[in-house]
Amino acid sequence: MEVILVFISAVLVNNFVLTYFLGICPFLNVSNRIDSAFSLGMATTFVMTLTAVVSWLINHFLLIPYNLPYLEYVSFILVIASLVQLVEMFIQRVSPALYETLGIFLPLITTNCAILGLALFASLRNYSFLETLSFGIGAGVGFTLAIVIMAGIREELEFADIPKPFKGAGITLLIAGILAMAFMGFAGLLSV
Amino acid sequence: MSEKTSLVKNFSKGLWKDNPVFKQLLGMCPTLAVTNTALNGLAMGLATTFVLVCSSVIVSLVKDLIPRQVRIASYIVIIATFVTMADMVMAALYPAISAELGPYVPLIVVNCLILSRQEAFASKNSVVSSFVDAAGMSAGFVLALLALSATREIFGVGELFGFAVTGGLIRPWLIMVMPGGAFLTLGVLVGLANHISSKLRVS
Repeated sequence: MEVILVFISAVLVNNFVLTYFLGICPFLNVSNRIDSAFSLGMATTFVMTLTAVVSWLINHFLLIPYNLPYLEYVSFILVIASLVQLVEMFIQRVSPALYETLGIFLPLITTNCAILGLALFASLRNYSFLETLSFGIGAGVGFTLAIVIMAGIREELEFADIPKPFKGAGITLLIAGILAMAFMGFAGLLSV
Repeated sequence: MSEKTSLVKNFSKGLWKDNPVFKQLLGMCPTLAVTNTALNGLAMGLATTFVLVCSSVIVSLVKDLIPRQVRIASYIVIIATFVTMADMVMAALYPAISAELGPYVPLIVVNCLILSRQEAFASKNSVVSSFVDAAGMSAGFVLALLALSATREIFGVGELFGFAVTGGLIRPWLIMVMPGGAFLTLGVLVGLANHISSKLRVS
């Protein structure tokens, strides 16, 4: 039950992008087209799930037993950087077409704050292994949902008459504000 | 003399022309997340200043020792070290603020503003100009955070740094301290900054 609650909370109620402001950079810059937004979301979900698992293992088998909590940030970020590198090599070998589509956005996943945020939140809230796993997948799905919705709106906006100073970042932020308000409606789903 | 003017220019570009928040849209995550009150905004700004200035100085000192292939990983380790220091100092001296900022202090590690200054500036320039560049960018970041958080606090709860300022003239808009208000306020401020820039360019 807890595991399902964690998942729903990460996707809808506490959406990483619209409530925690994690992963804003790709959200603002990448989400111009639905299909590329979806591929990026999938790759990020994959890295998030792996990161959640590996950082949980490191935390519970290395950092806590040997009393090294001050190494938490350094070790988490190293895990993420090497995982992204691995995923990049894996995709390049298995599906060169997908590798070409994602291009520069693949290595940039390292500095997506949603990934480090995920590892930090999971360790802060003392999630069990299964909860961490479902939190990782949920956060990824939530991120994908947010950037795909945003990409859909921005495709429609291409022909809209927006005041010049608000073109680009300004209007995107305003839309994100309205989306965040809409997502507040999900807050009633969980009583926690 | 010319060296002095270039240092001034180096510092002041971060304040307006290349302001990290309004112009470059870097470091959005802490900018939006912790600016519900002016005090939180200021605390986050100062923590980021400490990390950015220290990392820039260290990176410009060791730039010739780091092989090109592993430079990004090395920068991140340097940044993460200073963030750990800032986090521990904050937790020891100001436990209340530290608890409120929560995981957003460690998230300074992946603040793209800091990494981009290392890659774009500190790894190519002398220690003095890297220091000035980092200080200018940090000042611009602190100013932007203050503008955003003060706006949100005044309209959201009618206070500034915890003191009542509106005298009950404006009814507090709860949305301003919620996530939606962060996006809306920043969107309006970015639009305003673009408008002022284009006006300045014309005149």
